[in-house]
Amino acid sequence: MRILLEKRGGDLLLVTGLGSTTWDAASVADEECNFYLWGAMGAAAMVGLGLAIARPERRVLVVTGDGEMLMGLGSLATIGVQRPPNLAIAVFDNGRYGETGMQASHTAESVELIGIAQACGLKETFDISDEVGLRDFAARLHNAATTMFARLRSAPTSRRACCPRATASS
Amino acid sequence: MPLTTEEEGVAPPAGAWLGGQRGVLLMQSSGVGNCINMLAMTKTCRFPLTMLVTMRGEWAEFNPWQVPMGTKTQSVLELCDVLVYRAERPEDAGETVAAALDIALNGDLAVAVLLSQRLIGAKRWVK
Repeated sequence: MRILLEKRGGDLLLVTGLGSTTWDAASVADEECNFYLWGAMGAAAMVGLGLAIARPERRVLVVTGDGEMLMGLGSLATIGVQRPPNLAIAVFDNGRYGETGMQASHTAESVELIGIAQACGLKETFDISDEVGLRDFAARLHNAATTMFARLRSAPTSRRACCPRATASS
Repeated sequence: MPLTTEEEGVAPPAGAWLGGQRGVLLMQSSGVGNCINMLAMTKTCRFPLTMLVTMRGEWAEFNPWQVPMGTKTQSVLELCDVLVYRAERPEDAGETVAAALDIALNGDLAVAVLLSQRLIGAKRWVK
């Protein structure tokens, strides 16, 4: 997450899907122009689409997880039809539902998000498995000519960082 | 912007609002049930939302599958804290939609205008 966002500049508007992508972005790259989802699972990409269409002069990056993306899979079709050039979607794909106990998601099995994005008309896709690929994708965020979709292959780990919460005793 | 499912359409007006623009969500009553959890974002973040809903399942309906959602549309919306207006006659539609937009945008709330099936007219599948 840090590498993806460290050169974002002041122009980029960030939308994060619920779960680890919201926690991690808030942890390492909290900015006023971030919008964090903590619910409405499946909505992150479409929030990004609405924002990108509303602000064509700004760059919009949606960062979410495989489970959240799968719950809004149809949105890739809608985004594939609209294809605003200022929108990019990056999916941290660890094949797991992190918030509910690391159950396997469909991408741990046979479902492959790059192929889905391509079939929906998103031809500028990135299948990223190392830092070089990640930095290349991050650099392209500022001047892409069409909607970009990136799958960031992530290893499932049990370590999770959450935001501190208020409790009765704190 | 066409959608694959009505559920998908709650988020774009929210994103547009974050960007200083306004959007309206159009759907048939059968889609309202698909939106329930997404409306949690609308409420939690106090996004204005105007929904225009064409009604099925309530007047001269020929398809029984439309009746369960059609008869519960208003109840479902109100349970989701969406204010509901109805337009029963065509001449009322414009004023009702304008009022809905006013209260949504100025009140930071979600409102749905139900365009009654009687207003739209019973569907006649005639070739």
